[in-house]
Amino acid sequence: MRPTDTGSPDYFHRVVDCQWACPAHTPVPEYIRLIAAGRYDDAYLINWKSNVFPGILGRTCDRPCEPACRRGRVEAEPVAICRLKRVAADHKGPDVRARFPRAPAVKNGKRVALIGAGPASLTVARDLVPLGYHVVVYDGEAKGGGMMRSQIPRFRLPDAVLDEEVGQILDMGVETRFGTWVSSLTAVLDEGYDAVFVGTGAPRGRDVDVPGRAEAAANIHIGIDWLSSVSFGHTGRIGRRVIVLGGGNTAMDCCRTARRLGGEDVAVVVRSGFEEMKASPWEKEDALHEGIPIHNFLVPKAFTHARGKLTGVVFEKVAARYDDKGRRSLIPTGEPDVHMACDDVLVAIGQDNAFPWIERDAGIGFDRWGLPTVDPVTFQSSNPKVFFGGDAAFGPKNIITAVAQGHEAAISIDAFCQGSPLTDRPPPHVTLISQKMGLHEWSYDNDVSVDTRHKVPLRETAVALKDVRVEVELGFDVDLAWQEAQRCLNCDVQTAFGPALCIECDACLDICPVDCLTIAEDGGEGELLTRLKAPKLHADQPTYVSGALKTGRLMVKDEDVCLHCGLCAERCPTGAWDMQKFFLEMSHAGGAACRSR
Amino acid sequence: MTYLKPHFRNPALPSNALGYTRRDYEGAVSTLCAGCGHDSISAAIVQACFELDLPPHRLAKLSGIGCSSKTPTYFLGASHGFNSVHGRMPSVLTGANLANRDLVYLGVSGDGDSASIGLGQFVHAMRRGVNMLYIVENNGVYGLTKGQFSATADKGSKSKKGAVNPDDPIDLVSLALQMGATFVGRGFSGDKAQLVPLIKAALRHRGVAFLDVLSPCVTFNNHPGSTKSYDYVREHNAVFNRPDVVPHREAITADSAPGELVTVTLHDGSVVRLRPVAGDHDVHDRIAAMNHLAERQAEGEIVTGLLYVDPDAGDLHDRLNTVDTPLNRLNDAELCPGAATLARVNAALR
Ligand SMILES: Cc1cc2nc3c(=O)[nH]c(=O)nc-3n(C[C@H](O)[C@H](O)[C@H](O)COP(=O)(O)OP(=O)(O)OC[C@H]3O[C@@H](n4cnc5c(N)ncnc54)[C@H](O)[C@@H]3O)c2cc1C
Ligand SMILES: Cc1ncc(C[n+]2csc(CCOP(=O)(O)OP(=O)(O)O)c2C)c(N)n1
Ligand code: SF4
Ligand code: SF4
Ligand code: SF4
Ligand SMILES: [Mg+2]
Repeated sequence: MRPTDTGSPDYFHRVVDCQWACPAHTPVPEYIRLIAAGRYDDAYLINWKSNVFPGILGRTCDRPCEPACRRGRVEAEPVAICRLKRVAADHKGPDVRARFPRAPAVKNGKRVALIGAGPASLTVARDLVPLGYHVVVYDGEAKGGGMMRSQIPRFRLPDAVLDEEVGQILDMGVETRFGTWVSSLTAVLDEGYDAVFVGTGAPRGRDVDVPGRAEAAANIHIGIDWLSSVSFGHTGRIGRRVIVLGGGNTAMDCCRTARRLGGEDVAVVVRSGFEEMKASPWEKEDALHEGIPIHNFLVPKAFTHARGKLTGVVFEKVAARYDDKGRRSLIPTGEPDVHMACDDVLVAIGQDNAFPWIERDAGIGFDRWGLPTVDPVTFQSSNPKVFFGGDAAFGPKNIITAVAQGHEAAISIDAFCQGSPLTDRPPPHVTLISQKMGLHEWSYDNDVSVDTRHKVPLRETAVALKDVRVEVELGFDVDLAWQEAQRCLNCDVQTAFGPALCIECDACLDICPVDCLTIAEDGGEGELLTRLKAPKLHADQPTYVSGALKTGRLMVKDEDVCLHCGLCAERCPTGAWDMQKFFLEMSHAGGAACRSR
Repeated sequence: MTYLKPHFRNPALPSNALGYTRRDYEGAVSTLCAGCGHDSISAAIVQACFELDLPPHRLAKLSGIGCSSKTPTYFLGASHGFNSVHGRMPSVLTGANLANRDLVYLGVSGDGDSASIGLGQFVHAMRRGVNMLYIVENNGVYGLTKGQFSATADKGSKSKKGAVNPDDPIDLVSLALQMGATFVGRGFSGDKAQLVPLIKAALRHRGVAFLDVLSPCVTFNNHPGSTKSYDYVREHNAVFNRPDVVPHREAITADSAPGELVTVTLHDGSVVRLRPVAGDHDVHDRIAAMNHLAERQAEGEIVTGLLYVDPDAGDLHDRLNTVDTPLNRLNDAELCPGAATLARVNAALR
C-alpha cells in the first residue's frame, strides 16, 4: 500500500474533526486550551480572526463542529464547543480591541460596494478595510447585522453583543449607507466601484396556499416578516392561542417568541416526524423546555374562520413511507382530519432568494430557482465585477457559512482588484511542532477527562418568558468553562510517526487504550483494513499507513477514536511516535492569515 | 503527564463468552522502561486469557523478583496475585496449588530469577509436574539491577558497555525437557501471532507447561553484540511451528491442505493445530525435541514454537493421590479424622 502523505495539510486537518467541519475552519482545540488557561483575550482573537463574530456565534452558531467532535464517538456527547466560544467573548478584557487591525492611513485607491449588512458583507468589510480598500456598505435597515438583528430573537442574542461585534467592524472605517434600499444594481455599478459584493440574504418567506388563507389573512403571518417586526419593535402582542407551522429553526424562534408576547397556548405543527425536523436538536429541546408541544405528521388542509377572523386550522393526518431507495413520502392515513383552534398562525416553512432589484441585463445569470450563477470557489458571478456570498449566493444556510463565504469572496475581490488570477487561492498557514518537553513531559494536558457534557445554566423559565429581550442562557461561568474545556481531547496534538525509528517492539500497540494501532503485513487497502486490531467502524475516518518498517510490515493507525492521550509516544522507546501540535489558520484576503496592510 | 490509561475503549472492541473485553483483563499501567519486551508479554497474556474466556478470579499469578516478576501488576488486575522472594516463586506456587487445585496457575519469572538464584526451585517445579504455566521472560540480563549478565546470556555476547560474557549459558528449554516438563515451548515478545496461541495452549495443558519467551531489555541489552536484542532475535529466529488453539466446542475446519497441519488434542478436549515451518520432529517425542534444539542451537539459531507436548500428562496431585476437592475447602472433620483413627494408623505401623 502507498504510505499516507501527511505532508499535505489536509491529512492532519481532517483529524481535527471540529475544525475540519467548521466552514471557517476555526482552530477549535487551540482556543479551548486558551480558555482553560484563562487566556480569554487570546481565545477571542483566534476566533475573531477566523469567524469574525465570536460573541454572536458563541450563542447562535449552527455548530456543525459539534456533531463532528471526536468526543461524540468516544462517549455520548460532544464538547460544548459553541458555548465555550461564548466564554471567550464574555470574559475578554477591554484591551482586545487594540489588537485588531486598523484601516491604513493611506488607502489603496480601490472602492468596493457591499450590498446588505449581514454577516457575509461584514466579513468582506473586515478583510478588505485593513488592506486599504474604501468599503461602502448599503442596507435597507437602519443598523447593520442583517438577519442576526432582524430574525434572531433578542432572548437568544442580546443587542449589546450584536452592537459590539458589528460595531467593531464598522468602526474600522467602513462607510455605511444604512436606511438605503438598493433598487438597482446597475445604478450601484454606475457609481464606478471597482467591485460589488451582494450579501442580501434570502429575504422571502414561503407561504401556505390552502383554503381560508385569504379570508383569515389578518391573523396569518409569515414567520420571518413577523420576527423582524418583533425585533424592530413594530409588533408587541400575539393572540392567546398560536399555531406555528413548520419544523425548522425559524419555527422554533417563532414559537418561543410567541410565548413571550402573550401566547399562552402555543404549539408547533410539523408535516414530518420529530426526528426528521430541520430544527437542530438543541432548538427543539429549548422549545419543549418552555412548554411548547410539537405535533408531528399533520399537513395543513384549510384555515377555518368566522366573520373574517381566523378560528383554527384543519390538518390531515399522514404517515411516512419509504421506497426501496429510502426516499420518504407522506401518505394520508385515512383517519379523520384534526381541527386545532387558534387565534394566530405563524408560517415558518422556508425561505427563498429574491433579487427584484437586479436588472436582468446586468450581466448576471439566474437559474430556474432564481439563484444567481456563482462560482463555488471564487464567489464571482457571471459579471466579473460582481461577487455573491452568504444566503444570497446559494440559498439560506447560516451565519458561519456566510462568514466563510465572505472570507473567500474577499480574497477574490482583492485578487480581482490587484489584477491577479482568482483561481490562485492562498494556502492555509500550517505549523507542526513537537510537544515533547522531557522524558515523560508534554506541553499539553493529556489526561483524558471522564466528565460528561456540562449544561449551560438557564434563566428561570418564568422570568425568561416575561420579556422577549431577556437572554435565556446565562453562559458558563469560569469554573464550568474550565471543566467543559477539559473534555476536549486536543485532537490537534497529532500522532506523528517516523517509520525509520521504529524497532517494532509493540509497546505503542499494547498501551493504546482504544486499539487504534496495528502493525500488519502489507496488503491491498481494503484487505489491510480487515486486519486491524479493532474493526474499522467509520469508513469516512482517515487511516494512516506508514512506509515499510524494518521487517517490511506497516504501522497502521485508524484515526477514528484516537484519544490523543500521547501514551503511544510515551511508551515508544525510540521516539518513532511523537506528539506534534498541528496549527492551521486559513488565509484571508491579502495572503496572510491576518495581514494588517 | 498522566500515567493513567484512559478508561475509554474502542466501541468496536469484541467481548468474549463472559461478556468481557480484552481491556477487562488488563492491570495497572506498566512502570517498566518504554519498549520493554516484558510489556508485550503482558499484553499477550491479557489477549490469551481474554480469548480463552477465563474468569479472571479463577486465576492466580505468582512471581519472584525482577522487572519480569513485576509484570503481574500490569495484567489481570482482577486475579489473585503473589509477588514472592527472588527465585522462590515455584515453591510458593507449589504450595498454593496444593492448597487449591481448582485455580489456573501462572508463574512469571525472569532469567535471573529462574536460571541464577532460583535454578534449584525451577528444576524441581518441572520434575514434580506442578499444574501451572511457568513463563520465563528471558532478556539475558538482570534488568532490575541495571543489566548484569544473567545465566542465560550467551557466551561471547557483549554487555552495553562492551564487556564480553565468558560463561556458557543455561538453556532453560533444554533443562525443562530434561527435567520432565510435559509442555515445552519458546516464544518471542515481538511475535504475538505465535506467542498468544502458545500461551493459550499452555494454559489449557494439564501438568507443568514451560515457556521461555525472549524478551529484549531495551535499556540494557538491545545493542549490537547482544544476542537477546530485537534485531538479533528476529534475524536468528528459527520458527519450528506456529500453533493455533481451537476450543473443543468448535468444529475443526482445516483451512490448509490435509497433512500440512499437526493436531494435538489436549486433556480438556481443546485442539492445538500446529503449522510446521522449519523442522519436522514429532512434538510428542521428547528426545527428538531435544535433538532438534541442540542441532539448531549449534548453528546459532533460536528455535521457537511448541517443541514438545504430552497431552496425557498427569500432575503433582495425581502423583500425591490427593482428593479431588481442593484441600482448602475440606472441613475440620475431613482433615482431622480423630483420635481413634490416629490410634488405628499408629497401631498399623507398629
Ligand atoms: C428566524 C431565523 C433564525 C435564524 N437563526 C440562526 C441561528 O441561530 N444561527 C445561524 O447561524 N443562522 C441563523 N439563521 C440564518 C442566518 O441568519 C442567515 O443565514 C445569515 O444571516 C445570512 O447572512 P447574509 O450575510 O447572507 O445575509 P442576511 O443576514 O440575510 O443579511 C442581508 C441583509 O441585506 C439587506 N438587504 C437585502 N436586500 C437589500 C437591498 N436590495 N438593498 C439593501 N439592503 C438589502 C437586508 O436588509 C439584510 O440586512 C436564522 C435565520 C432565520 C430566518
Ligand atoms: C535474594 C535477592 N538477591 C538479589 C536481589 C537483587 N535482584 C533483584 S532483581 C535481580 C535480577 C533479576 O533478573 P531477572 O530475573 O532476569 O529479571 P529482569 O529484571 O531481567 O526481568 C536481582 C539479582 C534480590 N532482590 N533478592
Ligand atoms: S494518542 Fe496514541 S495511545 Fe493515545 S489513543 Fe491515540 S494512538 Fe492510542
Ligand atoms: S513503541 Fe515505538 S518502536 Fe515500538 S512498535 Fe511502537 S512505534 Fe515502533
Ligand atoms: S530495565 Fe530492561 S527489563 Fe527492566 S523494564 Fe527496562 S527494558 Fe525492561
Ligand atoms: Mg532478565
